[in-house]
Amino acid sequence: MKFIHRRDYYAGALLVFLGGVAAIQGSRYEMGHLTNMGPGFFPTGLGIMLAGIGVIIAGTAAYKPEPVSAEPAMRPDWRGWICITIAALLFILLANKVGLVPGTFGCVFVAAMGDRQNTWKQAALLAAGVTFFGTLLFSYVLHIQIPIFGSM
Amino acid sequence: MDTGVIDLIHGFSVALQPQNLLWCFIGVMAGNLVGVLPGMGVLSAISILLPLTYGIEPVGAILMLAGMAYGAQYGGAICSILLNLPCHPPHAVTCLDGFPLTKQGKGGTALGITMMGAVFGAAFGIMQMIITAPYIARIAFSFGSAEICALMLLGLLAGSTLAKGSPLKGVAMTIFGLLLGLVGQDANTGIERFTFGILDLDDGVELVALSLGLFGIAEFLRSVNNTVPIDATYAKLGVSDLRPSKADMKKAAFPILRGTLIGSLCSLIPGTGPTIASFVAYAVEKKVSKNPEKFGHGAIEGVAAPEASTHSSVQGDFIPTMSLGIPGDAVMALLLGALIIHGITPGPRLIVEHPDMFWGLIASFWIGNLMLIFLNVPMIGIWVKLLMVPYRYLFPSALFFICIGVFAAKNTLFDVVVTLGFGVFGYLLLMLRFEPAPILLGFVLGPRLEENFRRAMTISRGDIFTFVERPISAIFITLCVLLIAAQIWVRIRKTKPPIAIPADAHE
Repeated sequence: MKFIHRRDYYAGALLVFLGGVAAIQGSRYEMGHLTNMGPGFFPTGLGIMLAGIGVIIAGTAAYKPEPVSAEPAMRPDWRGWICITIAALLFILLANKVGLVPGTFGCVFVAAMGDRQNTWKQAALLAAGVTFFGTLLFSYVLHIQIPIFGSM
Repeated sequence: MDTGVIDLIHGFSVALQPQNLLWCFIGVMAGNLVGVLPGMGVLSAISILLPLTYGIEPVGAILMLAGMAYGAQYGGAICSILLNLPCHPPHAVTCLDGFPLTKQGKGGTALGITMMGAVFGAAFGIMQMIITAPYIARIAFSFGSAEICALMLLGLLAGSTLAKGSPLKGVAMTIFGLLLGLVGQDANTGIERFTFGILDLDDGVELVALSLGLFGIAEFLRSVNNTVPIDATYAKLGVSDLRPSKADMKKAAFPILRGTLIGSLCSLIPGTGPTIASFVAYAVEKKVSKNPEKFGHGAIEGVAAPEASTHSSVQGDFIPTMSLGIPGDAVMALLLGALIIHGITPGPRLIVEHPDMFWGLIASFWIGNLMLIFLNVPMIGIWVKLLMVPYRYLFPSALFFICIGVFAAKNTLFDVVVTLGFGVFGYLLLMLRFEPAPILLGFVLGPRLEENFRRAMTISRGDIFTFVERPISAIFITLCVLLIAAQIWVRIRKTKPPIAIPADAHE
């Protein structure tokens, strides 16, 4: 079976998991009763509902008509995914340790390399441009609390 | 009515203050810009600018953020008509006839008609807000916790089931959003819920981090190396092309009127925002047309009606948001979140307690729409050039703006980590065909829903039937039940195997 056919099973499982976590964690807080609800009542109830919907979605998945393939397929694109994730992490790390300028440059450069059409040179140029205007705008105009160079 | 005029004049005195005028201009300008840029969403754009408004007056901040919401509608139409890119859902249907018109060299006419429809639709939507919002708020004054609770339930249910995607999955996302809204210290008892020992979560999940993860980063993960190349062969026009001929104007007049009415109707039903309005308007236009076969091949009516409907609907969407505190879609949820962040309690009392905000906002709608016309008509050439900015340059820059915008919300990099987490999770949801928009609706309403539910239960001494015993709340609950029943009915009808054309069809 392909991913498309199993999609609703995964979707249902995800909801059961999320609802389960919410209900179990929620039930650790004081429940109270309807007249005087404790902090655990609402989240536990919501968690159970969420898990219930998950069961329904997974349970009815088999009866659903074949999905029409008109919707655009989502192709896995590991290069893009990894670059975007690393770019965001790089911003967090560099902005924290060495400052806004390296953080911005690193973030934009790595993200731009995630696109297969961008060359090293284009990515570097784009990163330099965004760094220049970004620093100008956020440091000098908006006084953001990340040092231009240096750790926070 | 007299007081309405006085209030409105007061509103203009607020909106015409130089700094508010400036914020309004920045808002509509930025909105138009994100509308034009293919692959940029209005939700992420509002979220990026939201933290930057923390330092300014609440009125100015809301004028600006609202300006982005309706400004994006102007830009989105350009993108649809000239490039055939349905990147902004409310304008997806405009592609059907807008792009064929462009290919015939009448793209300018289509845009001109769009502008006319926009002005008419927006003006109607604003008038509707001036007249109805204060009345709705006055009725809602008498609402107790049970009524508010039932109304929120209706709003959430409509918002999650009427939007695109599977209704059941929509409800699931709403519940997930409600749960996210509970993260942090419980207002009643001070107990920390779902923080898992992380101190940074004490104040709850940051609104901006949630929305930029779900609508920013998740969108990049989906679109990277997966965008349609932009075909700009036909996207060349100047100011003079925008003037539609008399014949075209005549053809478009009634479609604009019908579209406007449909849009204003859709805006009053919670959950049916501009996207649904535009699709309904297109369908109606095709039905009433004398030659429906022209649709899809460049019928000017197929551009005029949906465009007018989105504009009247976007303006009308502010009615439930401002008068009841119930947002109809994710954009309005974000604006409601912005109100809360700026220390303004949304709900029926908003108009009375913050007349500056309410009437200033309405006045700024007039001013903002006027600005948009002046931004779009003489500068159409510039916007068309902006359409050509490729996605591969856009998204890395946008990622940086997201990171720094989230940081600015609370001056902590922890929230950037949260954003990335929601981005990856949001992409997972997209793969599993969940629509993330209802999450935002639930998230913003979550704390108020719980609070009102608790209070209603305490007042009724734990009697859950209080919701059906009180007449007004019973009406809302009935509507909820009808909504669910209608959904199930539609679903059952759909899953039946299509009846093959039987041999005995002549009966």
